[in-house]
Amino acid sequence: MPHIDVHNDLPGIRGLMAFRPEAAEPMGALANILLRDEEGISRAERELIATHVSYLNDCFYCHTSHGATACQYLDGNKALVDQVRKDFRNAPISGKLKALITIAASVQKSGKAVTPEQIEAARREGATDRDIHDTVLIAAAFCMFNRYVDGLAATTPSDLSSYDARGRQIAERGYGSHIFSTFPIPVSEVAQ
Amino acid sequence: MAHIDLGNDLPGIRGPMAYRPETAKPLNELAELLLRDDNNTLSRGERELIGTYVSSLNDCFFCQNVHGAFAQHYLGCDMPFIDAVKRDPLSTPISEKMKALLRIAGKVQVSGKRVQPEDIEAARNNGATDREIHDTVLIAAAFCMYNRYVDGLATWAPQDRQFYIDRAPGRAAEGYIDYDLHK
Repeated sequence: MPHIDVHNDLPGIRGLMAFRPEAAEPMGALANILLRDEEGISRAERELIATHVSYLNDCFYCHTSHGATACQYLDGNKALVDQVRKDFRNAPISGKLKALITIAASVQKSGKAVTPEQIEAARREGATDRDIHDTVLIAAAFCMFNRYVDGLAATTPSDLSSYDARGRQIAERGYGSHIFSTFPIPVSEVAQ
Repeated sequence: MAHIDLGNDLPGIRGPMAYRPETAKPLNELAELLLRDDNNTLSRGERELIGTYVSSLNDCFFCQNVHGAFAQHYLGCDMPFIDAVKRDPLSTPISEKMKALLRIAGKVQVSGKRVQPEDIEAARNNGATDREIHDTVLIAAAFCMYNRYVDGLATWAPQDRQFYIDRAPGRAAEGYIDYDLHK
């Protein structure tokens, strides 16, 4: 049960967003830009960065839901998503993504933990300044989202299949107010 | 020098915000809502103090000085008072409610999971509403983002703390949305 009465039964960040829709709006917009942009870093890669940071922050709701969204973009490859969570260095992902996740993992500890060597390594693997910018901000943003969800003890569904349905919804429609205004998930989307 | 070429020499968060205006927009809208919107039972000064405290815990020089100067401006206090709150809120004459909210914010800075039902209870016993607790957690969480954005890209910050104090009144009047990043 959440620490505060959010007047709804929505899971995770959705319940908090429905409680304070004014704050949900810019957060949804930020998530849409950072996770749905496709320049330089693919949607799957952006979700994997978010999943890894959420895993480091031990936020079950976020790493499960963003892992499920990443999975949607990766033809259902759950094993890959799980390896990126726990052991990205040995995962079959590009050297560039490994270098970017290394930066994201530093940001998770502290912005100051990012080193010039990590930036250099990402550049050598072909990362642009914009890729590095977006990686730092995705990691930073998930240090917010994760704390928001766990700091208010948001409801976390234990039924893992619900995350897959939501992942599909996000992959198709993106982030925004529909994530807390359409519940339960429309039957048409569950059936797909 | 910043880790990436921002194409400008603006200090702190302004550098990356000018570099990537698409993300600056929601970042600023969130700050405006959480810190400055008048539809809130926490005063602007109290909300800026929460941001300052968390930025200090995150050791982010730029953010703790920008927001410390805002808090000082709104609360009508001096810099030693702000510094005392950063060091030990319990030693200062802020309200018991604010002490309880800063305790929650300090825990959020470490990890969301650190916040315990007792912390929430203590805030409620001192008069905090659910909305105030919600906003405290989200302000603390948001500064864990802003601070990492600023330091994760190694932006530069003016070292003279008076610089921030002098700018605060004008910036407080402008707010977080309708201002010129380049001024």
